[in-house]
Amino acid sequence: MSRISFQVNDRKISAPEGMSLLGACLNADIHIPHLCYMEGMTEPPASCRLCFVEIEGRREPVTACTLPVRSDLKVRTDTPAVRRLQRTALRLLLSVHHVDCKHCIANYKCELQRTARFLGIGLKPKHLDHYSKEPEVDDTHPHLIHRPNRCVLCGRCIHICESRHGRAYIAMARRGFDTVLTFYGSTDAIDLPAPDCTACIDVCPVGALESKHGE
Amino acid sequence: MSPPDKRSRSAAYLALQETALQEQEEHAETGGPVIHIGLATCGIAAGALETRHAFEQVLAERKIPARIHPVGCLGHCYAEPVVIIDHPDSGFPPIFYHEVTPGKAKMLARLFLEEGDPRFEHVYGAMKPNDLIPSVMEFSRFSREHRVVMEKCGRIDPGDLNEYIAEGGYRALDAVLRMDPGQVIETVTASGLRGRGGAGFPTGLKWERARTAFGDKLVICNADEGDPGAYMDRAIIESDPHQVLEGLAICAHAAGAGEGGIYIRSEYPLAVRIITRAVEQARQAGLLGKNILGSGIDLEVTVFQGSGAFVCGEETGLIQSMEGRRGMPRHRPPYPVSRGFQGRPTVINNVKTLAYLPLILQRGAEWFRSLGTEHSPGTAVFSVVGDVVHPGLVEIPMGVTLRTLIFDICGGIPKHKGFKAVQIGGPSGGCLPESFLDIPIDFDSLTEAGAMMGSGGLVVMDEATCVVNVSRYFLDFTQKESCGKCTFCRIGARHLLDILTRITCGNGRDGDLEQLERLSRDIKQGSLCGLGRTAPNPILTSLAYFREEYETHVQDGRCPGMMCRPLTAFYIDLEKCARGCDACATCCPTDAVFTTSTRKKGIDLDTCVKCGECVTACPPEYDAVRRVSPAHLAPVVERPAEPVESAADKPENREAP
Ligand SMILES: Cc1cc2nc3c(=O)[nH]c(=O)nc-3n(C[C@H](O)[C@H](O)[C@H](O)COP(=O)(O)O)c2cc1C
Repeated sequence: MSRISFQVNDRKISAPEGMSLLGACLNADIHIPHLCYMEGMTEPPASCRLCFVEIEGRREPVTACTLPVRSDLKVRTDTPAVRRLQRTALRLLLSVHHVDCKHCIANYKCELQRTARFLGIGLKPKHLDHYSKEPEVDDTHPHLIHRPNRCVLCGRCIHICESRHGRAYIAMARRGFDTVLTFYGSTDAIDLPAPDCTACIDVCPVGALESKHGE
Repeated sequence: MSPPDKRSRSAAYLALQETALQEQEEHAETGGPVIHIGLATCGIAAGALETRHAFEQVLAERKIPARIHPVGCLGHCYAEPVVIIDHPDSGFPPIFYHEVTPGKAKMLARLFLEEGDPRFEHVYGAMKPNDLIPSVMEFSRFSREHRVVMEKCGRIDPGDLNEYIAEGGYRALDAVLRMDPGQVIETVTASGLRGRGGAGFPTGLKWERARTAFGDKLVICNADEGDPGAYMDRAIIESDPHQVLEGLAICAHAAGAGEGGIYIRSEYPLAVRIITRAVEQARQAGLLGKNILGSGIDLEVTVFQGSGAFVCGEETGLIQSMEGRRGMPRHRPPYPVSRGFQGRPTVINNVKTLAYLPLILQRGAEWFRSLGTEHSPGTAVFSVVGDVVHPGLVEIPMGVTLRTLIFDICGGIPKHKGFKAVQIGGPSGGCLPESFLDIPIDFDSLTEAGAMMGSGGLVVMDEATCVVNVSRYFLDFTQKESCGKCTFCRIGARHLLDILTRITCGNGRDGDLEQLERLSRDIKQGSLCGLGRTAPNPILTSLAYFREEYETHVQDGRCPGMMCRPLTAFYIDLEKCARGCDACATCCPTDAVFTTSTRKKGIDLDTCVKCGECVTACPPEYDAVRRVSPAHLAPVVERPAEPVESAADKPENREAP
């Protein structure tokens, strides 16, 4: 496959044709915050709204995960407009996140921690009220414990489950602010993939999913 | 109708036309009065079924040889149930009667149908100019409208395919089927038609893209219509479904699609029934299905019921929903025209967009361009609701000003109140003040003003409206209807709502307005789909045009529109209150009204829930109930320790209202 080169932050980088700008930048060690994107996704959900970049000639920042690379791209990953959107998105996520890193299994490997550090903002945003969901723990699943107040609803677990097993045993339920992950319809242990599949836990960027059977 | 030019019709069409015209003739020969009753959802809600039943009864009982002709929506909501009686032998022209209750129906049957007395006191107007009765055309609500897409609404029976055909229906399709698709697209492009689903995307261009896409194509009519207060699409489907189907078939031929769908919300049960039946009728008549009108072209159409989400009207959400998934929009591009339903190229057009097509193809692009403005040709259909004298569906040429629409056509603000604002474009639109009344209504001017055409919802608000509360109402709607997929819309909209709620409860904080502005701007820019990208519009526009009203709420705890309950209080002006009158006391749901020692009334502020029932109940000649904001301005009247005997307290006077 032919490679395409283009410009990011005054640097020339190249990537295979058809790759997303986000994938290309990450490969070239140019960090762009992201939560929902996973390598190899053909149609990223573009739902976390963190991977904004500015493209010369475009009025507003765009998400890098949805933009295929092109040779005429001139990209900036660190403009004020980009940072503003990223910071707002992260603050919004944190305003519904139960920040208790010490007791969280994802401590030190958490994407939220990392992104907050990268964007230079605290984990407890000042100007926004904080909300929690009820119940705090969903343990209806035979093998998994889910904590909605840690979940960022990136959908990675759903994506990986579907690609591993041909159908997703996790889904989103409810609407709007009340949207949560659900195991609706798959709580019967017999129907489930063997408990040794931990793909969803492994891809979770935060600590929202845990195994009931220990590590 | 121009004389039929036989050469340009297919044999199949001519046969259908002949049957249709024959049916018309038979009706004409039978003669006798015809009673047209508006039986769309709006009419039914106002009692039109009972009215029809009353007519049926009285016609049968008294053996009156009149025919009941069910029609769709005439668009005059304020006048429902609407009945038009055409009684040629009486010597009167067809007469428009409004608010026809069953009692009125029976009376009209006896006096007008039997005795020829049209009962002038009940006449709204005549449907034709004449010497006896003023014509409805003397009212600007009728004369200033320009009905194009709604031309047949309320005139034909939506359940009778023949009536549509007799009016020239499916003639455009017959011609289109023998045209090259490119030529059809050219005509539509030349007409300048822009999509009526909200964004105003050029229809010809969309079709061109679909035509050149590869794959098994599909066309879909978007009849999701989820905006609160908008019902144009419902009215059109319930009144003239075949025009939409004909448009869909034209679109399918132009795009090269063999399959069509109608995505209609299941909350429109009558519209679902009517369109489903219309599809069946069209199929049986050879207007859909295999080998349409003998052209060798096939088009299968299915009706798909959506299930109650505003966001499923967004085209990519709609596709997900049709595929059986959770209705969550996805990033565009790819646009549906290149990758839509099941990955196939899919054209999605709004009900009105499709309904214009038969007319454009019959009358030509030039005709369409002669209406409206250069960049927004044609007409616009609005459902005008709120504080106006004559609410309902209004079709006007694009470019008419908001002032003309609201004041000249819809009769202005009732009860001598002043105009305050108009919310145009539904929950995604903006709230515009008086200074915008003279802007022309077209896609671009409205967008420039921070509102948008949207699908055509228009809410008029009088001076006693609180714009903060109105913004809160719309945000409450959009945040509930967010699909929950993207961060900005899911969480951001909730924060916006909470700040607004706080402000309307008198708990606004310093910096709230700046926060609203900042968040709104980011949500608009950062959201994934049109829902989030437009949800802050009501806030941004009202903040821009009514900022002082927000400030008054935050700084003084005062609601100038006296709408925010926590910031207002009711009291009774003792100077005006009539001794011994119990009107307010008997209607108060919480017994907050008490009798003072002077046998006048007082309101116990602790028990009052501020429902406003007492304001309505107080006889206008006293007009003694007052509303103030902030709440602490209400004078305190102590409730006497011992209840004072008043007329209403005697058990025998305490009747159910
Ligand atoms: C939140 C949201 C809701 C929408 N709802 C509708 C709708 O109910 N009906 C409609 O025709 N278009 C709706 N649209 C617009 C559609 O996405 C699409 O643009 C339209 O159906 C295209 O048809 P048109 O080109 O004929 O306008 C909505 C868009 C958004 C963002």
